[in-house]
Amino acid sequence: MIPAEFEYYRPKDMAGVLSLLEEHGDDARVMAGGHSLIPMMKLRMADVPHLIDLQDVGGLSNIEINSDSIHIGALVTQSDIVEHAGLADVAPILREAALQIADPQVRYMGTIGGNVANGDPGNDMPGLMQCLDAVFTVAGADGERQIPARDFYEAAYMTAREDDEVLTSVTIAHPQGGYAYEKQKRKIGDYATAAAAVQITKEGGTCVSASIAMTNLSDTPVYSEAAGAALVGTSLNDAALSAAIAAMWGDIDPTEDNRGPIAFKNHVAGVILRRALERAWSRA
Amino acid sequence: MKDDITREERVDNLKGMGCSRKRVEDARFTQGKGNYVDDVKLDGMLFGDFVRSPYAHARITNIDTAAALEVPGVLAVLTAADLEPLGLHWMPTLAGDKQMVLADGKVLFQGQEVAFVVAEDRYAAADGIELVEVEYEELPVIVDPFEALNSDVVLREDLVAEDGSIPDGAHGPRKHPNHIFTWDAGDKEPTEEVIANAEIVAEETMYYHRTHPCPLETCGCVASMDKVNGKLTLWGTFQAPHAIRTVVSLISGIEEHNIRVISPDIGGGFGNKVGAYPGYVCSVVASIVTGKPVKWIEDRMDNLMTTAFARDYHMTGKISATPEGKITGLHCHVTADHGGFDACADPTKFPAGFMNICTGSYDIPTAYLEVDGVYTNKAPGGVSYRCSFRVTEAVYFIERMIEVLAIKLNMDAAELRRINFIKKEQFPYTAALGWEYDSGDYHTAWDKALKTVDYDGLRAEQAQRVVDFKAGKTRKLMGIGLSFFTEIVGAGPVKNCDILGLGMFDSCEIRIHPTGSAIARLGTISQGQGHATTFAQILASEIGLPADSITIEEGDTDTAPYGLGTYGSRSTPVAGAATAMAGRKIRTKAQMIAAYLLEVHDNDVEFDVDRFVVKGASEKFKTMKEIAFAAYNQAIPGLEPGLEAVSYYDPPNMTYPFGAYVCVMDIDVDTGVPEIRRFYALDDCGTRINPMIIEGQVHGGLTEALAVALGQEIAYDDMGNCKTGTLMDFFLPTAWEVPNYETDFTVTPSPHHPIGAKGVGESPHVGGVPCFSNAVQDAFRPFGNIHTNMPHDHWRIWKTANELGLHG
Ligand SMILES: Cc1cc2nc3c(=O)[nH]c(=O)nc-3n(C[C@H](O)[C@H](O)[C@H](O)COP(=O)(O)OP(=O)(O)OC[C@H]3O[C@@H](n4cnc5c(N)ncnc54)[C@H](O)[C@@H]3O)c2cc1C
Repeated sequence: MIPAEFEYYRPKDMAGVLSLLEEHGDDARVMAGGHSLIPMMKLRMADVPHLIDLQDVGGLSNIEINSDSIHIGALVTQSDIVEHAGLADVAPILREAALQIADPQVRYMGTIGGNVANGDPGNDMPGLMQCLDAVFTVAGADGERQIPARDFYEAAYMTAREDDEVLTSVTIAHPQGGYAYEKQKRKIGDYATAAAAVQITKEGGTCVSASIAMTNLSDTPVYSEAAGAALVGTSLNDAALSAAIAAMWGDIDPTEDNRGPIAFKNHVAGVILRRALERAWSRA
Repeated sequence: MKDDITREERVDNLKGMGCSRKRVEDARFTQGKGNYVDDVKLDGMLFGDFVRSPYAHARITNIDTAAALEVPGVLAVLTAADLEPLGLHWMPTLAGDKQMVLADGKVLFQGQEVAFVVAEDRYAAADGIELVEVEYEELPVIVDPFEALNSDVVLREDLVAEDGSIPDGAHGPRKHPNHIFTWDAGDKEPTEEVIANAEIVAEETMYYHRTHPCPLETCGCVASMDKVNGKLTLWGTFQAPHAIRTVVSLISGIEEHNIRVISPDIGGGFGNKVGAYPGYVCSVVASIVTGKPVKWIEDRMDNLMTTAFARDYHMTGKISATPEGKITGLHCHVTADHGGFDACADPTKFPAGFMNICTGSYDIPTAYLEVDGVYTNKAPGGVSYRCSFRVTEAVYFIERMIEVLAIKLNMDAAELRRINFIKKEQFPYTAALGWEYDSGDYHTAWDKALKTVDYDGLRAEQAQRVVDFKAGKTRKLMGIGLSFFTEIVGAGPVKNCDILGLGMFDSCEIRIHPTGSAIARLGTISQGQGHATTFAQILASEIGLPADSITIEEGDTDTAPYGLGTYGSRSTPVAGAATAMAGRKIRTKAQMIAAYLLEVHDNDVEFDVDRFVVKGASEKFKTMKEIAFAAYNQAIPGLEPGLEAVSYYDPPNMTYPFGAYVCVMDIDVDTGVPEIRRFYALDDCGTRINPMIIEGQVHGGLTEALAVALGQEIAYDDMGNCKTGTLMDFFLPTAWEVPNYETDFTVTPSPHHPIGAKGVGESPHVGGVPCFSNAVQDAFRPFGNIHTNMPHDHWRIWKTANELGLHG
């Protein structure tokens, strides 16, 4: 549990970060809260000869709530999300999800940028962001570009972000309707056995839209368009719920690990999604 | 002498036995001012760390250390070849086996120590490790003890003679190269006969999975060889510092007076810190070789994967009874997986510990136990994780067998226990497997427990829940876990208990200072139990000086009297007894001094709380404080100056704490998530020294019981890869997973212990594991469950529900 030797940098602005990334290429990595990266370095699973700490880069720690969108800087911590005065009014699912990540100590350090950029299928924010149809802004030598969360994840630890790009912010439209983030885990501090993020709207007693994403049930987060589609136009009766779950099963691809075998994970994914949908519907 | 306080106030001022004195240790621990082994920093200190085997079974064909030695800061790389000339490439284990210090031609488990890199700091050591090139030739891996006993693959070639024959082991004949011992207790034929002829027989096979004590502080040491005066000082996380000193002397040849072993503050042990590990030997050798102090500290993965696991018992039981439920016989066979070396920490004559307490709290006339120890490609260990030697396994076994029998008899499990308890008037009671239980009052404890939790009400609620479940009104089942346990602690009488030939007595030495304060030193060592608090309380009551004026010191072999250390709940039963006895010696001399000062005959004064008073004239007295001063300033005819005493206590018997636990649990059959609604723990540990510390011990032991029952395991895949080497997968519960515990007690003092105390540190773990497990299993009993193995993590609970058809 001792990392290999590395150089530590703490640039004051994004230009400094980008020039270091350009200079050292693959040998450089940015660090935000360090709560995913440092354990990997200690296990020597990540080899980072040049470590660029983002903490002193200005302008990355704000939460802005505009009339129709929310803008969250990459260095905003999970704890900031939990504590923020207005955020839970416009997007309560963010707080509900953040509170299910690890424990207060980790949440004080872990950032939204690190959580979504990490590419670990166990992280909770990526699925959440897909559910919310968030857009990530990344900055590189050639300026900024936008990548939708639903197009960002390619495989475990592989994302659409280039190595020399830095994720600067997350933008989401104000979520509408009822919400739920439901997660089963073995203990506090554990990644999900299965988790579901749900945002759902209704008119009268009928579902108008449903957005569903699942976590830790594949090598990427799983946005299940089909599961959402199965609900639109229904009253979320039992048949509709079962159809959505069946559709979700078609999209996930869990593997066996210490949390249990595939059959168990599929079953739990179904139960968790059903509960998330029921809770979201009751709030819609 | 002016004395304007009441007798009651004098008692209170002592803070003696029975009071919830605050822990004196906590001032430093809560301020981060503890002094743990990793806090030991010496001039020029080096750091050693291991190259470990990635394979569970492999031959080593070559080790190349050249590149590692090039790393700046790396000073030496030790391999078995370097240790061999010193005869230190292997070392004896506590179980009569021997163990490689560094891999000698092959490795037997993943994580085994292959080479020791010594460097100026831990970073350089870690870099050096990466560059040691070891060539392995993989061998077939055996992780299943039943397969081991049928396999041609020989794990320990060193234990097979050249002609292929199998020499006896430390515990007698071995029947296969991978077999370590067969050990039995009780009467084989009569037991088999009783069971064969019984009307009712319940049988069950259960696996008590491998787990790990996982103390928060891992194992480690600092070895410092002073070449000028020839003295070796060894700081370490040792639960038995004196035994370590003797072992180090025996294997290194350094004379024992030239070795000083110091256990500083220890951050939990739970059995993990009893044994001797390769890290200690390598650090000592490295210090001798380099002439500098050498530190070795495990990281979490090292700790979980290589030092002392616990349990790993495959148990098969048969229990017979009359149709009315009176138990007539018990048969138990254990296949014990000991890993690559037999490094169990048990008294020498007990290779399966006190597994022969497995008749539990019940009056079972005939019983037989047989244990086969087996080698596999797993880490060595087999320590008693928060229990006396293998008592957790024994109590789990019998408390499961009782439940299985209750199912067979279609009887309530609480009632079945009640009709089979050893009765109060039967004590001292000699069990079928040999132990003499010193005391007990099980019926009183059981009735109190069941009444407090409203057992009948709980059963009625459970029955309604089953109805509701079947009607589709709920997806949660309710389980009522019962457990009644008898511990056997305080090892132990020297006549049958020793470790490496060292009798398991313990000791206390007291010095009273002239101003009426004192220091007492013991052969034990606290790892969080609060000895500095409780032993001072014993003494306060015995010698009449305030506990706050008594320093308790442990862990330095140059100053403390010889003792066998702290594990197996032995500190209070053995060293606590020595403390009381030494205190009484002080009192005897104090009485003579008091009589002299009061100018009466010795027999005319009597002890009263904090003083000696003239019988019948309580206004004439000398306080212990006055007596202490007199001991140093008066020339008393016939008495030596000073006031000191030492006692070495060889207990006449073990002590037998017991308890009654009830757990109420709700289980979500769809997710497998259990929710503990209530946990009630009644403990009878005899005389209660400090109720607050008892409560803390019970909370801690129950939490570790919850961990083991509900998920904590060391698991391997077929290749012998450890799958649970970090706290991500090894379940260490947090405050969130832990329920509120209700604690309660009865008091049945030990008749042979000087203060009647029995020990409590391990009871809650021993009784807690079957209680949590029984709750899970009981929830499924109405649906046909008889037994499922721990750990009851989500997916295994879900699997039980699934197999019982509860998922529709
Ligand atoms: C005990 C424990 C339990 C945890 N449990 C959970 C859990 O249940 N759910 C969960 O979601 N997470 C969990 N985490 C992870 C935690 O939330 C992490 O902090 C988070 O995933 C990563 O955020 P970070 O700021 O620490 O990122 P870092 O560790 O600093 O970085 C992670 C990765 O992202 C990259 N990166 C970071 N910021 C940027 C950026 N702005 N642009 C580009 N790349 C970037 C880094 O280079 C690195 O590769 C847990 C962590 C611990 C230690």
